[in-house]
Amino acid sequence: MSAEQRRSDTAYEVVIGLEVHAQLRTRTKMFCGCSTAFGAAPNSQTCPVCQGMPGTLPVINRRAVEFGIKTALAINCTVNADNRFARKHYYYPDMPKNYQISQYEEPLAEHGYLDIEVAGETRRIGIQRLHLEEDVGKLVHEGSSLETALSSQVDFNRAGVPLMEIVSKPDLRTPEEAASYLKALRAIVVYLDVCDGNMEEGSLRCDANISLRRPGAKEYGTKVEIKNMNSFRNVQHALEYEITRQARALDTGERIVQETRLWDPDRVHTVSMRSKEFAHDYRYFPEPDLPPLNVVPAWIDEVRGTLPELPAARRQRFVASYGLPAYDAEVATQSRGLADYFEAAAQGSTNPKAVANWVLNEILRIVPADDDKAIATCPISPAALRELIALIEDGTISGRIAKDVFEKMLATGEGARAIVAREGLTQLADAGALGAVVDQILAQHAKVVEDYKAGKKAALGFLVGQVMKSTSGKASPAVVNQLLIEKLPKV
Amino acid sequence: MLTGLTIHELAARFRSGAATPSQATREYLGRVAALDPQVKAYLTVTSETALAQAAEADARFAAKAPRSLLDGVPVALKDVFCTRGVETTCGSKILKGFRPPYDATVVSRLREAGTVMLGKLNMDEFAMGSSTENSAFFTTRNPWDLARVPGGSSGGSAAAVAADLAAGTLGTDTGGSIRQPAAFCGTVGMKPTYGRVSRYGLIAFASSLDQVGPFGKDVADAALLLQTVAGHDPMDSTSAAIPVPDYARALRQDVRGLRVGIPDEYFIDGLDPEVEAAVRGAIDTLRGLGVKTESVSLPHTEYGLAAYYVIAPAEASSNLARYDGVKYGLREPRARDLIDMYSRTRGAGFGAEVKRRVMLGTYALSAGYYDAYYGQAQKVRTLVLRDFQQAFERVDVLVAPTTPSVAFTMGEREDPLQMYLNDIFTIPVNLAGLPGLSMPAGFTQIGLPIGLQIIGQAFAEATILRVAKAYEAATSWHERKPPLETPR
Repeated sequence: MSAEQRRSDTAYEVVIGLEVHAQLRTRTKMFCGCSTAFGAAPNSQTCPVCQGMPGTLPVINRRAVEFGIKTALAINCTVNADNRFARKHYYYPDMPKNYQISQYEEPLAEHGYLDIEVAGETRRIGIQRLHLEEDVGKLVHEGSSLETALSSQVDFNRAGVPLMEIVSKPDLRTPEEAASYLKALRAIVVYLDVCDGNMEEGSLRCDANISLRRPGAKEYGTKVEIKNMNSFRNVQHALEYEITRQARALDTGERIVQETRLWDPDRVHTVSMRSKEFAHDYRYFPEPDLPPLNVVPAWIDEVRGTLPELPAARRQRFVASYGLPAYDAEVATQSRGLADYFEAAAQGSTNPKAVANWVLNEILRIVPADDDKAIATCPISPAALRELIALIEDGTISGRIAKDVFEKMLATGEGARAIVAREGLTQLADAGALGAVVDQILAQHAKVVEDYKAGKKAALGFLVGQVMKSTSGKASPAVVNQLLIEKLPKV
Repeated sequence: MLTGLTIHELAARFRSGAATPSQATREYLGRVAALDPQVKAYLTVTSETALAQAAEADARFAAKAPRSLLDGVPVALKDVFCTRGVETTCGSKILKGFRPPYDATVVSRLREAGTVMLGKLNMDEFAMGSSTENSAFFTTRNPWDLARVPGGSSGGSAAAVAADLAAGTLGTDTGGSIRQPAAFCGTVGMKPTYGRVSRYGLIAFASSLDQVGPFGKDVADAALLLQTVAGHDPMDSTSAAIPVPDYARALRQDVRGLRVGIPDEYFIDGLDPEVEAAVRGAIDTLRGLGVKTESVSLPHTEYGLAAYYVIAPAEASSNLARYDGVKYGLREPRARDLIDMYSRTRGAGFGAEVKRRVMLGTYALSAGYYDAYYGQAQKVRTLVLRDFQQAFERVDVLVAPTTPSVAFTMGEREDPLQMYLNDIFTIPVNLAGLPGLSMPAGFTQIGLPIGLQIIGQAFAEATILRVAKAYEAATSWHERKPPLETPR
């Protein structure tokens, strides 16, 4: 079903915009020299600056700006020559200064777009802005929440870690599009190596703004912000839930309240978080401790020179030069590690499509598609996989036997050729030898032969299966097929 | 008495061996013990570390290897500067007991130069005030008349220098907080160009206006202190990467032919006639030294005060948000919940003036008011700067009174607006980010000091110091000492 059709199914048009926060993989924090490494002892990676001590001042991390520029270029944004940091104020104990240094009126980059594919259709999603800011710390409660805890403690290790916020235009129309946009964006930041993309650990976070309106309406409906969606699935489910909730409310003539709602994945609904401390006037004003950040064209060019081939370009190349179907190309390029693996395995192959099948079906069973490190250290190397596929291609083994060989490679670490030789798995493709087996099977299954002759073509598959079974799978299915077709009319 | 000497006189004695840093330090500590109960300049006296630092300096002089012209010189700091391990309150109850884990950049530079730190000096809470009456702890007295205020917010720094309770001190100036108390106490006080001195470790009041500066017994001392603390600091992105000139050399140049502007808007109704007479007298003296004078106009002067009281409180409301009872300083017990903890802590920890400015600033930055207040004030700021730039196309420096009146008595100015008017001649200089200096230019009939303000172009501190030195050499105001008596 196309997005267009789906939209006409409902009485409302859905309008979604996503705000994505990506933690940048810089070695040090946004405004001080503390380490950003994850998992250290509480408050061990802090200094007077990121603890918000009186008298301290921020200094911009140049690398974080470069990561921002890199991403901005990848999503077709214009990098602003003059951009500024601003203070965003609200009180919460995880924020040392009770203001966050962010960017407001003059962000690092604006006016970009990202092309995504949904149900075979390409959609261009506008990017409103990309800006840099600092992360907050973490609260640890003796109890379930700050309000009810016996005591709470704060860990500022995360405070000051560089964050990049990317805000889309309200161009998304379905939860599928939202999930697809998020996947594409994630693939880009991971490709660029500016963010590890880990949604569970919170390196990549997503908030959504969603509203409904009558088709053709010019004004947007009242928007609701949804938070706490820490996976692609959650994003899709939360939005689906919210569409139903809002549509029901509108159907009964209720007014939608502009608010922030939290997605609860366990109870599969969103709950309003209209408590007092979230009713904010952020009182933004330009950060007086930092002069405007001047990004000269030469700097942008320098960063542009370091851009790798991006997922969209690579996807297109996989279709054009390897002849992969669009879907396979998309899956194979979802991470840099996976695409690199595929290209290494397909090197010199006569059948890249087969290589893609093996990578996407078998390799992805053993390593996660988005874990570059796991892919790089996969127990079956691209060369080993190539050797296995070559044995299928030259007729040495059948596809079925190859699956067994794959398992043995995984278990023993041996090469495919060695396993096949030792275990005598070489395919039976000799028409003479196989002919005898085929004759025997035909004799045993007279009833099936009759069915076949009566026009039940499916009977052929059964007979092939029987031959394979009696040869322990070593028979060449193509040769068996050929023999049966020749012999059947003569029985 | 070593305490009566200027820094350059004292340093000469250290070098010749006529005195040692330990002798000077002991004399200063003795004088502080004897007289500070009257003057009340110090919040904290760090006797032990001072004596230890002095002993180290003694050894360097004995080895003929002093670190700098300030080596062994006993100095003191406004309590706005973070000092590692030494309580730093910013004059506020909310920071009572706060011992910073780090030194402000200017403190490090003074340490590296070998100075001896006598202690921390009183100030208006968070540098908000013009009298030290807003200190959470006590009011510092004016050494010339103990019933009067020393000015503020760096009142402790000015009084300490005037009363010979330190050889030199550092203060900060956001709207006049160095120059006004320097004028009230008859010392030299200088606010450098914004960006000349690092603000790292200076507890922020209004970040775009705050600047560190010296108090000295004479112009040369102020120049020496400035020389030591000035210069780019990678920890402060607003500090300027502009080389620091040799100020001592500037002091030796004469002023013949320099063009001195006299701004019309600084000689207004309400200006104390004795102040006006002294400043006009100083202008005559300068003319006698060969400068050319002319009147200039700074037409937006009258809007400066209003713009300042939007911008400074706005930034303060943000800078002071971190004092919430969570991390350091005061936390009021018995809070019902988080918001209650914030309210109780800030309610008990901040004084009336700080609360007033936090509220003013919060209001000015609020949605719907930002453009009308903060945005408009920034435009005025640009106009004030343009006034100065136009004037400096014709003249090298401007001279004017530092304050419209001399030191007032404690409790005399209860109306905040009356208090704010004190800074009417100093605030525009902060708004424009320019350097300004106040120095003694006479006394009233009852013996209170009068301040002369010299304002220069951005990063032209050397020119200001040159004019100040020439005027000082032609007069003897700086030689007068306040009539303090050691109690029997």
